[in-house]
Amino acid sequence: MKIEDKKRVLREMVLHRRFEERCYQAYIERKIGGFLHLYPGQEACCNGVMEAARPGHDYVITGYRDHVHAIKCGADPKAVMAELYGKETGSSKGRGGSMHIFDGDKRFMGGYALVGGPFPLAAGIAKAIQLKGGDEIAICFLGDAANNQGVFHETLNMAALWKLPVLFVCENNLYGIGTSIERSTAVVHQHKRVAAYNIPADECDGQDIEIVYEAARKAVDHVRSGNGPYFLELMTYRYRGHSMSDSRGYRSREEEELWKQRDPIFILRDRLIKDGAMTMADFETLEKETDAYIENEVIKFSEESPEPRVEDLEKYVFADRETQLPWLTGKAA
Amino acid sequence: MANIMYWEAIQRAHDEEMARDPLVICMGEDIGVAGGTYKATKGLYEKYGPLRVMDTPISEGGFTGLGIGASFLGVRPIIEIMSVNFAWLAMDQMFNSAAKVRYMSGGQLTAPCVFRSAGGAAHQLGAQHSARMEKVFMGIAGLRVVTPSNPKQAYGLLKSAIRCDDPVFINEHELMYNMKGEVPDGEYFHPLEGSEVARSGTDVTLFGYNISVHWCLKAAEILDKQYGISAEVIDLYSLAPLDREGIKKSVSKTHRAVIAEEDEAPVGVGSEVIAIINEECFFELDAAPVRVHSALVPQPYNHTLEKAAIPDHEDVVKAVLKLFGKA
Ligand SMILES: Cc1ncc(C[n+]2csc(CCOP(=O)(O)OP(=O)(O)O)c2C)c(N)n1
Ligand SMILES: [Mg+2]
Repeated sequence: MKIEDKKRVLREMVLHRRFEERCYQAYIERKIGGFLHLYPGQEACCNGVMEAARPGHDYVITGYRDHVHAIKCGADPKAVMAELYGKETGSSKGRGGSMHIFDGDKRFMGGYALVGGPFPLAAGIAKAIQLKGGDEIAICFLGDAANNQGVFHETLNMAALWKLPVLFVCENNLYGIGTSIERSTAVVHQHKRVAAYNIPADECDGQDIEIVYEAARKAVDHVRSGNGPYFLELMTYRYRGHSMSDSRGYRSREEEELWKQRDPIFILRDRLIKDGAMTMADFETLEKETDAYIENEVIKFSEESPEPRVEDLEKYVFADRETQLPWLTGKAA
Repeated sequence: MANIMYWEAIQRAHDEEMARDPLVICMGEDIGVAGGTYKATKGLYEKYGPLRVMDTPISEGGFTGLGIGASFLGVRPIIEIMSVNFAWLAMDQMFNSAAKVRYMSGGQLTAPCVFRSAGGAAHQLGAQHSARMEKVFMGIAGLRVVTPSNPKQAYGLLKSAIRCDDPVFINEHELMYNMKGEVPDGEYFHPLEGSEVARSGTDVTLFGYNISVHWCLKAAEILDKQYGISAEVIDLYSLAPLDREGIKKSVSKTHRAVIAEEDEAPVGVGSEVIAIINEECFFELDAAPVRVHSALVPQPYNHTLEKAAIPDHEDVVKAVLKLFGKA
């Protein structure tokens, strides 16, 4: 990665980290309801892959741990936070919530809450790309535990069979809620499960963004060149509990500390400092600026935005009636 | 007007729409090279090729989700599920993805896909191949459900479903694919909402849909000839939404209602129509509405038991006679 890109991505990753930490705080303050799945610890995964892809051009889909993926694709952090606040200005107009962030314009095709649900949707997006003949690819980010769903295998089979332009990124954080991967899955290294479908697969460290980036470049090139699907497994760790009501009794504090020593942001920061591209003081300033932006713009916007109107409760269930009348009434012109 | 079979009508709708729009595709098990279990996609593979006529692996959840994902980008997939009994495996994607994506994205994404499936009890297919499942589909927000009772509807409903931006489930019937009927020669779009007066009458309304419309029509004939009772038959080709106005209008005229469904009674078209009658025109009633429905059993294999489980026109006649105190 070029030095300028590394500095930009560090800035983005700090935003992603601080954004998520601020969500945590807002949740404690009861500004955010429902389930809230946070991303700290895994930032190099999404960032490394998307640096190798084309955010806003390639189609991205993921699960419920979706804020950072949306922002990385180009969604406005203000709209994402407003969505968590349930406001009309939210990315899904307050109808979706934390697990259902969407930004159609930026080709972020959404967060979905059924574990494994996005697998076939991603392949379908790739099918549409194939039919239309574009150079986009579909990228599906999901967790390790999602691979125990039947649709994982169904989708790999179809994607390989029809050579669909889809990249599956497995963020292997070693847990599905409170069940460690050894206790749920016969094979810890997920890329091995893909071999049966004749899909090239790779595994790498998910904490060092440059390693992720190099592996992702290979993956993205493969898919974009029309060679069909690819599976990339990134070994990573989530610092916080699965969602908000998780006291992490299923793992040790020592294990957590070990992973925190390989923090994706600090790895990149220390490398930039070592290379003389920035100082520790620069980094501290960056953190302060990021916090100020989140507070003065993101939170302020979310606080001040209006609630959806109750009269609009049933809006968006179906397509706008007026536009569908020929088919609903049979009175086609 | 051409006199063609139900399956031919469905095939024609596919063909016309695929010829018109390169983004209309179809997919399902054995629909391509083999021509379709019920011939509904016959000849399309040869004409449009494997990219648009997709023989899928036996992965209902997977290929249904794949079709839905493609529809997010404006592709219009017609997804055939060989038998409605297998649709359970696809329901997660139908209900959680297709039906909800528009709402949970605040209107940004839509899933303009069509699901077609053969439902109903055929002949001795046993418990896992005889389900009637319209009740499962008709209570899902964001999903339209229609069910054709004749070739004209089979053609026109599919045409409209493909064009409509909402996901539509089309419930067909295994016993009806060879039924013949008149279909307009020109392009025809059947409304996805509303209901049809299949026979006009004054003394009682018989509500049916799909195959039970035919029981009702036959029953009306018998009631007229043998008992001097004039029955109106309403074809509820749209199960979601149900036609509140049409139901109210007919019951307000006849003041009596019988609902005939091939499905089991709890939680179904019958209970829903009665609820609508209660809400819309309770005081128009001269007698309590009656349901004709199948027994609540996994469909038996034995021929006699199967016949006993599924109602027919005679059960409709009996229900009406009871309503008039003649039985
Ligand atoms: C179909 C389904 N089953 C169960 C759940 C409950 N659930 C939510 S997240 C989760 C664990 C998923 O773990 P993983 O795929 O590894 O992703 P991670 O949360 O670690 O990012 C479970 C069991 C669900 N949302 N959907
Ligand atoms: Mg996990």
